[in-house]
Amino acid sequence: MIAKKTKSKARFSWLFNMAWRDGKASGKKLGLFMASIVLGIAAVVSIQSFGVNLKENIALQSKSLMGTDFKLDSDDAPNERILTVLDSLGGADGREISFPSMVSFKEKEGTKLVQVRGIEGDFPFYGTLETNPPDAASRYVEEGGALLDATVMLQLNLKPGDSINIGKITLPITGALVSIPGSTAIFSAVAPPVVLSYDFIDETELVQMGSRVKYDFYFVADETLDLRKLRTDLRPILQQENYGIDTHVSSSERLGRRFDNFGKFLNLVAFIALLLGCVGIASAIHIYIKEKLKAVAILKCLGATKRQTFFIYLLQIAGIGLLGGIIGTGLGLLLQQLFPLFLGDLLPVDVEITFSTQVIFMGILLGVFMSVLFALYPLMNTLYVSPLQALRVQEGISEKSRIAGTLVLLGIFGFIFLFSYWLLGEVRYSLAFVAGILVTFAILAGIAHLFMRAIKRFFPTHWGFIARQSLLNLFRPQNQTLILILAIGVGTFLISTLYFTKDVLLAQASIENQANTPNMILLDVQSDQQKAVEALISDSDLKVIENMPIVTMRLHAINDKTINEMRKDSVQTIDRWMLNHEFRVSYRNALSVSETLVKGEWDTAYNEGQAIPISISDNMVRDAGLDVGDDVYFNVQGVIMHTRVTSVREVDWSQMQMNFMVVFPEGVLENAPQFRVITAQTTDAAASAQIQQAIVKAFPNITIIDIRQVLAVVEGLLEKISWLINFMAFFSIFTGIIVLLGAVRTSKYQRIRESVLLRTLGAQSRQILKITALEYLYLGVLGSLSGILLSLAGSQLLAWLVFETPFVPSWVPFLLLLPGITLLVLGIGLSNSVSVIKSPPLEVLRKEGS
Amino acid sequence: MTKILNIEQLGKTYKSGTKEISVLEDISFSIEEGETFSIVGPSGSGKTTLLGLCAGLDQPNSGTVNLCGSELSTMNEDSRALLRNQNVGFVFQDFQLLPTLTALENVVVPLELQGVKKAAETGMELLDKVGLADRFHHYPSQLSGGEQQRVAVARAFSNNPLILFADEPTGNLDATTGEKIVELLFNLNKERGTTLVIVTHDLELAQKTQTILKLKGGKIVAKEKGIA
Repeated sequence: MIAKKTKSKARFSWLFNMAWRDGKASGKKLGLFMASIVLGIAAVVSIQSFGVNLKENIALQSKSLMGTDFKLDSDDAPNERILTVLDSLGGADGREISFPSMVSFKEKEGTKLVQVRGIEGDFPFYGTLETNPPDAASRYVEEGGALLDATVMLQLNLKPGDSINIGKITLPITGALVSIPGSTAIFSAVAPPVVLSYDFIDETELVQMGSRVKYDFYFVADETLDLRKLRTDLRPILQQENYGIDTHVSSSERLGRRFDNFGKFLNLVAFIALLLGCVGIASAIHIYIKEKLKAVAILKCLGATKRQTFFIYLLQIAGIGLLGGIIGTGLGLLLQQLFPLFLGDLLPVDVEITFSTQVIFMGILLGVFMSVLFALYPLMNTLYVSPLQALRVQEGISEKSRIAGTLVLLGIFGFIFLFSYWLLGEVRYSLAFVAGILVTFAILAGIAHLFMRAIKRFFPTHWGFIARQSLLNLFRPQNQTLILILAIGVGTFLISTLYFTKDVLLAQASIENQANTPNMILLDVQSDQQKAVEALISDSDLKVIENMPIVTMRLHAINDKTINEMRKDSVQTIDRWMLNHEFRVSYRNALSVSETLVKGEWDTAYNEGQAIPISISDNMVRDAGLDVGDDVYFNVQGVIMHTRVTSVREVDWSQMQMNFMVVFPEGVLENAPQFRVITAQTTDAAASAQIQQAIVKAFPNITIIDIRQVLAVVEGLLEKISWLINFMAFFSIFTGIIVLLGAVRTSKYQRIRESVLLRTLGAQSRQILKITALEYLYLGVLGSLSGILLSLAGSQLLAWLVFETPFVPSWVPFLLLLPGITLLVLGIGLSNSVSVIKSPPLEVLRKEGS
Repeated sequence: MTKILNIEQLGKTYKSGTKEISVLEDISFSIEEGETFSIVGPSGSGKTTLLGLCAGLDQPNSGTVNLCGSELSTMNEDSRALLRNQNVGFVFQDFQLLPTLTALENVVVPLELQGVKKAAETGMELLDKVGLADRFHHYPSQLSGGEQQRVAVARAFSNNPLILFADEPTGNLDATTGEKIVELLFNLNKERGTTLVIVTHDLELAQKTQTILKLKGGKIVAKEKGIA
């Protein structure tokens, strides 16, 4: 009698229609979900897109970044073999000698640590030597002048025509040096450059024993020359003479990688913002779908299948994700324009912003994918709701399939892992990131659950009605305690971690209030100058902390294998840097305060004809594979010395003092060519400036590092970077606020019904407001405090385990973040109750009911 | 006459903690095509549960339900949904309109599920029939209770069902509005020959049907002829 059909004839377009119709009417609720995804995507896209642009710009401007096609460089002056190589390449087109030195000024008081660069030839061959006035770049050589870093000119109020004293010579300043290819802002901040003609270098008499001189030979290559091949061919020959070859391609790749690491970190911060948004989505969809279950039951009554009802809401979520992805991507592309403003001269190139199709697709797809993935778990409820719900309210909904639920959760964590792997490129870091996310979320969720259980268990029945009611709200059915504590906690955690990490880094470098810690290091002190220098310091009522001899040497052989054999051996395990490293070695008969003996014995007895007992630092054990008993041969300026490792020291490199990888016993190197390093403690900046001036005047070859100034530079850099990090963390906080708004809105109807009921029973507006205020106060305080404490614990662990330094946490998170975020939560919560207070109960019930 | 609904020894129990509570026990009856049929009984007698089982919204613990020639126990949930879409109409006590759809969109849902192309035209005709053509773009929250139930009736007839289940259709309405709805239901039943199954505790309404099934404590206590 009845024609039986086995398949629904509703077209797929009907599902879109239904999703659209239903979504249209739920616009306000869905708008907030979308906002969560928009911010997360904007954060990820802005960082990704800027990273791509930066990389492209670095690659495009690689020649002007380096100023040449390729260069040979070393800390050693060229020997015969290197001169032959230079000849075989047709001779260098330009050359440079550079070294750090102190300079003073005829017209101004004060001295400055600078990087002296003596240039010959038309370097830079690409890019520009930017000066002020602009023609100074072409005049300084012929006029026999110098170009001085523009910032220093500004700081010391110098102008073109003033004089600069460099070692034994005094030159007129031709102009201010604004930028020069191959110089980074970070290095320039510590030792700003002074450019002068190569011919003046000898006259300065600054190239002496122990000077850290660098020799560069610049080449302009033919377009057809394969630079990679040239590098591969020349490298083995050059390495034997401690020379390196760098091409503009490899240099830009290296630079790109360096910025990549920073980009990866920012990407993770952005990804956390996105994850936070997704937690918000999952929670909001959970409530949203709960409200929709009745509609799903009705649709099933009318003949819709499980799959159809599931797809209606899945399409809705995917649609929101798509829209969120598009808006977020657009916002991210716009926001990246701000990054050059934040980073300023930290960027190596002027970044021209273009839109990468790959990043745009990634942003949009990520929006859809993340929305769907995080909505799947609550969305699964539509599959298991019975059509009988249309007839009567069923208390227990059929249980979800455990397998499906587990698969969804595995999918979520799998995706987080894969995405972080894509960002970080290393499995263990990605696993650590996923574990970190899990632990943070688990701890915050645990705190929320414990809090609710504790209130239930120790409920203060004797408290007044208002206090009791506000507490009851925290664990009633459909409460928002968990999601609010997660949202507030993660956001606060991120921001306060940024503050604490900065504290750890600064504590690491800080020298303030540490007795007997030097804050001035004098380098290149010649042996015959040391007594006079010490006297100069003591006469100024300042303290000499250490006076150490330094002998430079290179590795010649380890056990029975020479360094040259090791260079040729493709399977050797020693780290490459060791093979070319010029070791600065000291000699003494006792351990210093920053050293602990971890293996062997501190042996100072040396008998002529036997191997010299030496002590090595633990990183040499790791990098050179050395151990107690190994024979090591050093080339001490032409003399081969046979030594034997008798002890291994653990060295605390973070201590502000001179530390050494290799320590000889006394009585061996005394007659070797050497220089001294003297460290001293000055009382204040004025005393420091005074003594620097005196030393530079008497001994122009001595380089002085004022740790106070270095710290100021480090702090400045951290400040710049933290601007950007704060900016990214702002996304998390803002996403947190959106999640918060969403969570508060979804429970609005329920809260309003309760509040109206209370009003109907005679509660006054003041009482209702107090109940709400107290509830959000508990949530705000608990969420933000949990986040701050969790971050404090994490930073402490970082300080103990990684930096091995105690740190005093910043007060900002406690005094600003805690009350700030609590007030914000309170404000959002209370704004929710305004409509209840202002309107008569019946009107509110009618309005909210609809 | 053909049997459109045939119930054999139907039983339903629910679990309450560790106890099993019997809601329906040994229920057997059948309904002919085009018949008007009412199920009456006091609260908790199992009327709504029986309606749910008859329409395939739930599964019995024992016995069989044959609806429109299909044995429901052999079908999965989606197949039962399809059967409902093609042959069954519903009117609920609390209207159960989809709150996010307009009156017209609510009426056409069963037709759209069938893939009917001119669903909107049919929907407008039905709304016109229940006197709400001018309110087609209104959302349920913008309609009164009576108007909502008229939209529900239009929706129930939109797929031209062979059988229509009405669960306390006048329960949430005032007497006058309730009467109008009942009139609408019976008129459409006559016009289209749709079998009408009404669950009610209103004996006056039940009397308007051809057969009255009386339930008490989950069992049939009587099967009587109505006035109609």
